[in-house]
Amino acid sequence: MKINIIRRISQVAILLFFILGNLGILPILKGDLSSSMLFGKIPLSDPFAVLQIYLATFSINSVAITGALIIFLVYALVAPRAFCAWVCPINLITDFAYFIRKKLSYSKDRNFLNIPKSFRYYFLALSLILSFVLSMPAFENISFIGVVQRGIIFTNSVAIGVIFAIFVFDTFIVDRGICSRICPLGAFYAVIGKFSLIRVEHIAQNCTKCMDCKVVCPEVDVLKMVGKNDGFVASECISCGRCVDICQHNALNFSIKNNKEG
Amino acid sequence: MTRRELLKSGFKVISIALAGGFVWKMASKNDYKVFLRPPGALDEAKFSSKCIKCALCVKACPYDTLKLAKFGDNMTVGTPYFTPREIPCYMCEDIPCVPACPTGALDSSLVSKDDKLDANSIRVGVAVVDMQNCVAYWGIQCDACYRACPLLDKAIYLEYKRNDRTAKHAFLLPVVDAAFCTGCGKCEHACITKKAAIFVLPREVALGEVGDNYVKGWEKDGDSKLQNADTSVKLQEKKAINYLNSEEF
Repeated sequence: MKINIIRRISQVAILLFFILGNLGILPILKGDLSSSMLFGKIPLSDPFAVLQIYLATFSINSVAITGALIIFLVYALVAPRAFCAWVCPINLITDFAYFIRKKLSYSKDRNFLNIPKSFRYYFLALSLILSFVLSMPAFENISFIGVVQRGIIFTNSVAIGVIFAIFVFDTFIVDRGICSRICPLGAFYAVIGKFSLIRVEHIAQNCTKCMDCKVVCPEVDVLKMVGKNDGFVASECISCGRCVDICQHNALNFSIKNNKEG
Repeated sequence: MTRRELLKSGFKVISIALAGGFVWKMASKNDYKVFLRPPGALDEAKFSSKCIKCALCVKACPYDTLKLAKFGDNMTVGTPYFTPREIPCYMCEDIPCVPACPTGALDSSLVSKDDKLDANSIRVGVAVVDMQNCVAYWGIQCDACYRACPLLDKAIYLEYKRNDRTAKHAFLLPVVDAAFCTGCGKCEHACITKKAAIFVLPREVALGEVGDNYVKGWEKDGDSKLQNADTSVKLQEKKAINYLNSEEF
């Protein structure tokens, strides 16, 4: 099966587990993506949110810290930004926006705004500094991810407006603006995924330089070695596996990265 | 311009205008709404910065009392609150919302007595009676809030007063004692008037504060603060005479 389809199933299934868990129908996941209880016992928390709260208040219960550590370790060890491609509901919106953008050829228009890809790292740093200075979790309080995921999980209609705004922003204003230029959570997972193990590997020998992978990749910069030399993708990769799906020549595949060899 | 291009740019303009309008409206929304936090909540500033917005407290509540603030609700998005006129807090003995909180934004030590959760020490707010619109203050017999109160005769008691207008009836006036009121809002929920004439406000909104300069002589050791007081009075002896002699008078 195509990785992309498995990925879509994963995104929808996690939201579904949350909805059913909160309705009390299927007691697996309770809460939302900020913090939840797995099987009513294992706490899971968003490490970025916990970090912000910790910087804001300098005290937090051990339950949230344990939950944040679990999630932190999972994403730090598994694949870079696996959250973005396999869990985050915003990805469904921005991928749809990208699809519309290409389909109706809005992509030929010039970008309204020119936001550099490094903006998200400044935004990440700013969020952490402001959390400390203002004594409140700065990004959490304005988080569009929070509004959307809670809107879906707890069904509130106001979130539809936010979802539409994100769609419009990505379709007409900035190409892949939210996920690959603005989102500090994505930047956070890119940072902690620096040493994660499962990566897309490029084997130059098999590559025919058709560049299909660069067309579908949402973070084209990570594929800069395609057609040139062997190597693993950088941690900005959202591990969506689209390049693996599309590569006809077996030049791109998920494999385990040995960090010692570099 | 072809029709296709026209439709394309039309769609673009309409979408941007709609989304922009929505964001604009939400950003400039300014409706006044008093909200109550769940039991055990820290003070508002600390609570809203410690809350991770996971809704575990909301889901722990067996009465669906708690709701999550939506985008544009005039409070930090995603934080829990409740509206007693709709569903009050039923003051469960085991206060399930408090231990559900993973971050400690709901602090169990604030609702505990001798290390055990104690619903009577919940302080989510305090009830306030609008004496103009409470029918009991008109002389009509109504004790809906008094009967609804879980701490009957403590948090709300009835004050009896002679009704001079009729000269043969009594006023049964509900009075709130803030020392016992938990702010659960069952009184507001039960109130018979169109808009509740007894309602719960956050304690920092509803209650005044007295400076510590007063001496409560009727309390035990109430006058102990007088012991170190400076009793030497400096009188300005000439002041009154000067005042009388001045031209101004």
